[in-house]
Amino acid sequence: MRGIAKSMARTFAVFLRKPVTRDYPSYHKPIPERDRAFPLLLWDEDIHEPFCTGCHACERACPVECMTVLMKDNPNHKTLDGTSSRRKIIDKFWIDYARCMRCNICVEVCNFDAIAMNNTWEGHETSVYDRQDLVMDLQQLLSQSRTGNINEWVPVLGQTNETISEADAEDSEVSN
Amino acid sequence: MVEVLSQTSDRSAEFETQDLLLNVGPQHPSTHGVFRMVMTVDGEVVRDVIPYIGYLHRGAEKLCETMDFRQGIGFMDRTEYLAAFNAELSYVMAVEALADLEVPERAQWIRMILSELNRLSSHFMFLGAFGVDTGVFGTPFIYAWREREALIDLFEEVSGDRMMYAYFRPGGVAWDVPVNFVDRVKEVLISSAQGIDDFDSLLSENEIFLARTQGVGSISAERAIALGMSGPSLRASGVDMDIRRDEPYLKYDQVEWDVITGEHGDVFDRYYCRVLEMRESIKIISQCLDRLAPGPILPEKMPRMLRTPPGEVYLRTEAPRGEYGVYMVSKGGNRPYRCKVRSSCLSNLQALHELTVGEYVADAIIILGSIDIVLSEVDR
Repeated sequence: MRGIAKSMARTFAVFLRKPVTRDYPSYHKPIPERDRAFPLLLWDEDIHEPFCTGCHACERACPVECMTVLMKDNPNHKTLDGTSSRRKIIDKFWIDYARCMRCNICVEVCNFDAIAMNNTWEGHETSVYDRQDLVMDLQQLLSQSRTGNINEWVPVLGQTNETISEADAEDSEVSN
Repeated sequence: MVEVLSQTSDRSAEFETQDLLLNVGPQHPSTHGVFRMVMTVDGEVVRDVIPYIGYLHRGAEKLCETMDFRQGIGFMDRTEYLAAFNAELSYVMAVEALADLEVPERAQWIRMILSELNRLSSHFMFLGAFGVDTGVFGTPFIYAWREREALIDLFEEVSGDRMMYAYFRPGGVAWDVPVNFVDRVKEVLISSAQGIDDFDSLLSENEIFLARTQGVGSISAERAIALGMSGPSLRASGVDMDIRRDEPYLKYDQVEWDVITGEHGDVFDRYYCRVLEMRESIKIISQCLDRLAPGPILPEKMPRMLRTPPGEVYLRTEAPRGEYGVYMVSKGGNRPYRCKVRSSCLSNLQALHELTVGEYVADAIIILGSIDIVLSEVDR
């Protein structure tokens, strides 16, 4: 009986502790900066076009082949009296969120920092009634970055905390 | 007296009993996944068990042959979703052995901390599920979930994902840990130690739990070795074998800890070995935290696409459930020619027949629970 009494005592002791449960749908816990939901494309605020040039790097590196990329000549290029320095630009882009396995490889291989993993709650709450709705097109992929609703984290492979703080210090010197 | 005996035997001949085939699974909550076993029962006693596996087979090994070394990491996560850091570790260490890469000090310490933390979270999952198997519904499960949630939150802060981390890379780790990593780990260790105490006083001395688990499903050391068991399930039979100590990888030779062994090899020993092992893990992690010094986390000259010379390697590490080995053959180029996973769960599952036959049907469930199988690792 001693053991049972001991376990009951522990149960009551735990009962008096502070609860750890979160009231999920009404309370969203703050999620860390590195959190990885599904990938989305980023919007270049200065020139008002996507960063993505449609170079197919992410499409080739994707282990589950969830991306489809088509590029076109940029109508806004400088040679055509535009403002952009991008000769080519993304025409059509689909990501099948149902296939994506969130491995972050597309973000690592991107040469233009044009793609990032969604680190907001919008990226996690993507339930739909039809699987077709999980195939995201260019407008859907860009919309969150366009409205400024994301503070993306694009890591450089092998970057240590020291190199990050050095880069930050250089940045602040330049801006000063 | 003799007369009475003969009478009973006459009666049993008169009422001939028939063995009953009892199907458990594949969609059964106490099989811990999609696992089916067909038991032949004689009344309450199990006479034969035939396990059927393969419901979760996704061909991760074959897929790895078509993936380069970085892409394969994501598939390795999915072969062992409760201890994905440990699964990644075996894979990337096999690639490093093939490509002859030197891993920086800091990366090795980070890997060690994370894989030990993952061992904690995996064992918490075991304790919770095992509590439910033995019939203590609810309480231990929720206790385990509470502690595991704290650990998973920490993994999310480090790697960005809660289960499929894709954080270890050939040569080191992908990114540095967050700035407040050491403080956060210390915080989590305190809560985990508290959680282990909770379990210890809730179950380890509870008379009902003891009556249910002690002396059930025993296996001798010789048979356990012969059947290829490994990890805590093997150590519970009294075999003093731990790859972390016997073939030290990472920095396990530089920290002090003990290998936990049991005596009887029964269900209770397999449970209690894991409880004690978690305390050892906490010991290892606190030593690692003191040694974690700033430095690079990937080798200086990492090619954009890693290519290995031809060769073959078998590399094994001690995952929470036992020996997790990766046998990799390369014929040159950026992808393995063959990648075979030696899964601890599949080998431990071989003992199921021997453990279960002769026990009661109700005990078959806790015996299956006590060898702690993860079906994704069995089927891959």
